[in-house]
Amino acid sequence: MASAFPGLLGKKIGMTRVFEEDGTVVPVTVVRAGPCVVTQIKTREHDGYVAVQVGFDPLREKHVNKPMKGHFQKSGGRAFRHVREFKVAGTDGYQVGQEITVGIFAKGEKVLVSGRTKGKGFQGVVRRHGHKGGKGSHGSMFHRAPGSSGAGTSPGRVLKGRGYPGHMGDVQVVVRGLRVIEVRESDHLVLIGGGLPGANGGLIAIHREAV
Amino acid sequence: MKEIRLVDSSHVRRQPAFRVGDVVGIHYRVREGEKERVQQYQGVVIRRRGGGMGETFTVRKVSFGVGVERTFPVHTPLIEKVEVLSRSKVRRSRLYFLRELRGRKARLKESALDLAVAPAELDRGAEAVEPAPAGAPSQGEQPAG
Repeated sequence: MASAFPGLLGKKIGMTRVFEEDGTVVPVTVVRAGPCVVTQIKTREHDGYVAVQVGFDPLREKHVNKPMKGHFQKSGGRAFRHVREFKVAGTDGYQVGQEITVGIFAKGEKVLVSGRTKGKGFQGVVRRHGHKGGKGSHGSMFHRAPGSSGAGTSPGRVLKGRGYPGHMGDVQVVVRGLRVIEVRESDHLVLIGGGLPGANGGLIAIHREAV
Repeated sequence: MKEIRLVDSSHVRRQPAFRVGDVVGIHYRVREGEKERVQQYQGVVIRRRGGGMGETFTVRKVSFGVGVERTFPVHTPLIEKVEVLSRSKVRRSRLYFLRELRGRKARLKESALDLAVAPAELDRGAEAVEPAPAGAPSQGEQPAG
């Protein structure tokens, strides 16, 4: 049933804080989540796996490209900016066009949130891998360089996991063990304790169980 | 941003619009073991800083010859009540100079406390509470009654 739907898509709005009854301050991220509309139901017979596809953030038709237009036509005619699948145990009770709202979340519930982190560009080992770097002065001549990548003839190769400079951020991550602090169904808002990946306005997915 | 305002507005504690230079009485709930009681703390507001849910204010008093400063979050539920006891004319937003002064020198020039203003502020929502800047004194009273 809808109340057991495994997750929802949302937009990260930003952070603020709320007080608990005993005065404890809880940092929260405000997420505008849903309403999501079921756009397709994937079945084992037809697709080889079971999932429910939902759309989020309605778009006008002129902003949709032709392949997606065709897809949306089959699923009730409403177009969306984002389309994602959620794994479900069974497709009973779901139908195309059904709306899913933040009402599926309960206050205090543990959730996981997946999203894309902010891109940091090309970063050195100190920032990217937490290397310590060298002394700034006293003639050290070794500052933020990667240094040696390993020993010599033995082992004769670079060990796996060795950190190098490179592109950092802009990757999909999952943050686990977050808590739903508040659900405001009429505004489609969820307050989730702690920080979430990505910039404000970015797409995130809130999951009720392991992804 | 507007969603954050919305969320904040439902968590904001509605307090009389006290500002820097006011003498306030704070009724603060404290837990001592199992028991909870209301502690009173009275002094001059020497600072208001931050905005939104993170706003705090600092109250200074001299207790048994020792200067004491306590900082409270404006919106903490632990504050039972804020009483504005008197208002002073101050020309800066941070009254740190009081720390250097003792006794008669540490007095501030009192200004009329328009009691008609304070209660009216009580009924205004977050939008009204938020913009009250730390440096309120120089700006004069905002809309209200």
